[in-house]
Formats: sequence, C-alpha cells, structure tokens
Amino acid sequence: MSFISYLVNGISLGSVYAIIALGYTMVYGIAKMLNFAHGDVIMVGAYVVMTAIASGGLPPAAAVLLAVVFCTILGVVIESVAYRPLLNAASSLAVLITAIGVSYLLQNVALLVFGANTKSFSSVVPVPALVLAGGSLTISGETIVTIVSCIVIMAGLTLFIKKTKAGQAMLAVSEDKGAAQLMGINVNGTIALTFAIGSALAAVAGVLLCSAYPSLNPYTGAMPGIKAFVAAVFGGIGSIPGALIGGILLGVIEIFGKAYISSQMADAIVFGVLIIVLIVKPAGILGKNIQEKV
Amino acid sequence: MKKMSKTTRSNLITYLMVIVIFAVVQIMVSTGHVSSLLQGLLVPLCAYVILAVSLNLTVGILGELSLGHAGFMCVGAFTSAFFSKCAVEAIPAAGVRYFLALLIGAAAAGICGILIGIPVLRLKGDYLAIVTLAFGEIIKNIVNILFIGRDDKGFHFSTKDSMSLGLEEGGKVIVNGPQGITGTPKDSTFVVGVILILVTLFVVLNLMHSRSGRAIMAIRDNRIAAESVGINITKYKLMAFSISAALAGVAGVIYAHNLATLTAQPKNFGYNMSIMILVFVVLGGIGNMRGSIIAAIILTLLPELLRGLSDYRMLIYAVVLIVMMLFNWSPKAIEWREKYSARFRRKNGKSAKEAA
Repeated sequence: MSFISYLVNGISLGSVYAIIALGYTMVYGIAKMLNFAHGDVIMVGAYVVMTAIASGGLPPAAAVLLAVVFCTILGVVIESVAYRPLLNAASSLAVLITAIGVSYLLQNVALLVFGANTKSFSSVVPVPALVLAGGSLTISGETIVTIVSCIVIMAGLTLFIKKTKAGQAMLAVSEDKGAAQLMGINVNGTIALTFAIGSALAAVAGVLLCSAYPSLNPYTGAMPGIKAFVAAVFGGIGSIPGALIGGILLGVIEIFGKAYISSQMADAIVFGVLIIVLIVKPAGILGKNIQEKV
Repeated sequence: MKKMSKTTRSNLITYLMVIVIFAVVQIMVSTGHVSSLLQGLLVPLCAYVILAVSLNLTVGILGELSLGHAGFMCVGAFTSAFFSKCAVEAIPAAGVRYFLALLIGAAAAGICGILIGIPVLRLKGDYLAIVTLAFGEIIKNIVNILFIGRDDKGFHFSTKDSMSLGLEEGGKVIVNGPQGITGTPKDSTFVVGVILILVTLFVVLNLMHSRSGRAIMAIRDNRIAAESVGINITKYKLMAFSISAALAGVAGVIYAHNLATLTAQPKNFGYNMSIMILVFVVLGGIGNMRGSIIAAIILTLLPELLRGLSDYRMLIYAVVLIVMMLFNWSPKAIEWREKYSARFRRKNGKSAKEAA
C-alpha cells in the first residue's frame, strides 16, 4: 500500500508542478523568454494568503481570491516595467538577466517585509481526508483538492485557448508575432494577458503547495519554480498538455526518488532527469523539433 | 609605441591597472592605512575579481548565462583543499603544493564544466542558465553529505557520518560533511592572488583576440551565420564555457587556501554568490573585462565601508541588475541615449567653434 500512497503523493506534487509549469510554458511560447521570477510569484501568493488570514481575518476562500488578484496585478506590472522594454533587445540575454533581477528583488523584498524565519502555513483546504482500503491508505484533503484543481485548470485553459478570441490571439502571437500584429491583434495586450494568467495560476499553485507542505519562507518559491521549469522542458516547452504530463511525471519521479533512493539526493535526481531529457529528446515529450529557416 | 595595435594597448592598460591598484594597496598596507578588516578582504577580493572575469567570458564573449559559477568555485575549492590537506606532509614546499592544488582545482572545475556543457551547449535557448543553477545547488548538497577519511589502508568514503567511515586508529577525517575541511594550509596571499588575476586576464584577453575567440564571438552574434561559414558551434561553445569554469575553479582554490575551515554554505557557494558575480559583470559592462574588475573591487569594498546598509545590500543588487539591463539594452533607452549624446556632441562642437 505504501507504493500507492507514494504514487498519489507524487501525482499531487506533480499537479502543483504542472500548474506552475503552465505559467512557464505559456510565457515561453508567447514571449520566447524564460520568466525566472515565476517561482517567486508563488511565494508572494502564499504570503498574501497567510497575511490575509492571520492579520486581515479574511475567510480562506476570500484570501485565496485576494492572492490571485494580487499576483495577477504583480505579473502584469513586472511584465510592463521590466520585460516589455527589453522584448526587442539585441540580445536575448538582456531579458533573462532582468528576469533574474526581478526574482532576486521579490525574494529580498519578502525577506525585508516578512523576515528570514520559516513560518508555518495553516492549510486552507476544508476537505477532509479520504480513508481507503480499511485505513491502510489515507489520501489527505490537500491531495484531492490539488489534483482536482489541476484537472479543472487544464480543462479550463484548453477551452479558453480553443474557444475564445483572446485564446486564439495567444496562439497567433506565439506562432508569428509580426503576422499577428498585421491581422489587428494587440500583441502587447496578449502578452500581458499571458503574464496575468500565468501569475494567477502561480498564486493558486502557491496556496496548494503551502497547504500540502506547510512552511513558508522567502525562498519557498525558488526550488519548485526551477523544478516546474524542468517539468515544462520534460513535457515539451510551449505545449500545454506537455506541462501536465511533464509535471506529473516529475512529481512521481521526485517522490519515488525520495522514498526508494535517497531523500537528500531527490533534487539531484530531478535535475538528472533534465540532463537526460536534454541529451535524448531536447524538444521534450510533446514538443516538436522545428528546423530553423534562414 | 605608435605601431602598437589598439587591442594590445587596451590589454596593456588593463594589466597596468591591476598592477597599479596592487601597488597602491601594498603601499597603503605598509603605511598602515588599511584596517585589519579590509586586509582580511584582500584575498577573497582576488577570488571575486577572477570569478567576475571568468563569468564575463561566459556572459559577454560566449553570450550564454551561467548561474552556477559559485558551484564551479565550490568544486575548485574542495578538490584543492582536499589535495593540499593530503599532501601537507608529502610535499613540504608550499609553492609546489599550491601550484599543484591550483592545477587540480582548475582541472576539476573544468571537467565539471565540460560534463555540463556537452548536453546543454549543443542546444539553442536558455538551458545553460537553469542547468548551471541546478548544478550549483546540487554540488553544495553533495559536499554537505560527503565524508572522506584516510588511514593506513587508504581512503574511506561515506555519505552518512564520520563514524561510518570505519577508520583505523590514527586515521584522520579529511572531509567532514557539513563541517567541511578544517586545517587547509593558508597558502593564499594577496601577492599570489594578484598574480593569478594577471594570469586569468592573460588567458581571457588572449582567448578573446585569438582565432578561437573570434569564432566564439561570431557564434554569439549570429549563430546561423557562424554555422554556415563552417564554425563548429558546440566545440567553441564548450571551449569557452570550460575555460570559464576552470577559472572559477582557480578562484575557488584561492578562496579555500585563505580559510581555516572550508564549509559549503549558501553564503559562500550558493545562489546568492552566483548572483553577486553576475552583478559585478553587469555593472562593469557585459564583455568588458576591465569593467568587471572595477565593479568587483567597488562592490566588495563598498558594503564593508557602509555597514549600515547591509540589510539592503541584496535588494540594491537586484535593483542594480534590473536598472542596468533596462538602461543598457532596451531599444528605447539606446535611442534616447544616442539622441542625448548627439545633442551633447553638437553643443560641444559649437562651443569649440566659438572658442576658435
């Protein structure tokens, strides 16, 4: 039974990675940039929820909503202040370094505001644990909510992109920015919308992550952020179903690695996966290998 | 003097600048104008300067981003400290031992660079940044769980604790997990550090202006064009990156041989360190070695002189990164700067004419 419980935990952790990886993958698909600060938006979202509940006395649902709104605004502000001026810069390194600067800025602002101490985060999930197989298998409420929200988000996002005008505009911008602009699509607005969606998802991921692993410090977001990037590459960066598959596989690998190999080396195993993917299939599981045309 | 090319002159100015700074500092030390706190910073400063120059090779010349330079430094520091501690009795001459330690530290870091570079550098995209970031974190974890001891039978390894090494009587623990390596001979001095800075500069500046360096810069500027004239992209990228990693290893050797106890902590070999080096490079000017040296010196000494700001130091680094990049690379800012400087030049031209 421990195998199944590890598997469920892995899928749950993987669902969080998948939600974060969505943000990476959408931004990468449209702006062709690696948003290093994405992981830190998770941390900001979790802090907002914690502060809103502890100091503001808000009910958990309202606090989560507040965090989503806050992170959405934060994402749009970051995009318009730090990234948009550099989108057409001569070197792609420029926006990458700026993104690292933003990530570092968010971490250090959180450090000054909330202090370096790890705070305990009380779960905001009201669902009771599910006991199966006569008590030998317990699935926590957090796990259920995480997996369900991941499925809902995936379905919602796929529908959004397929059925709405804004979603189609996203596809068009990621395909060819110049042509999209000629067709009358507001490219900057579409990019801002992508950042808004990605950051809102990051806030949700932050709440789910901190509910499952109840500790919070200014660096909480960094490692899951990097791992979610690995998941996005694993599934094929730029592909939305790829983010789901990559995230869940990575979560399962990490939990199994922790359980059966070595708990200290779990991070190393995850990055080993990245190296192997880059050697064997750099485009990822669902990615397409596009030949460059001159 | 007239026949000297522009690059030779520029390189000489860089070497001369280092030597002048060295002389000034030496004079200030001997006349007692340098506090003991600042004196203690001189050797780490040499390590930081080398790190900044080596990262500038990756960022400015190769056009890739490494976020794991602290990791390469960590590899160089621990392998060389391990060697020096083992060889303290076998090789009593400090100079020879230090030279060998340098070679070993540089080689170990360079090999790590090649191992990371082979899968990553053949791809296009920003993968190097994330992989090196991961490498830096992993190497720190590995060092913290590594225990190595030595007795008459040879070396013993463990990843649990020093007791499970099973050492015989008289055996010594050399690498003690989170406690690191204690008792490395303190062979690094300011003079040695400055000599190594000059060697690093010699390597990097000569590489930049060699045939290989031109190839590397061609790849940076236009990958497709470089490929179509027959430049082996992966080979040259790997070459630049592994040299950069090896130089970071040299910095690690200097750093390790200045400390009584060498431990792998986030403070010295973590992400923050890698970012700090990146700030040196960005502030000094990407691709400009002289700028990196100056930025490293200023940013190392400034926080020590302005102790009150220590809480905001990291915050300031972050803002420096964002503002410098926006100002230097945004097309709008470049346009604005050109307009402004053109107007300034016109004004100066006019006043010069009026004066005449």
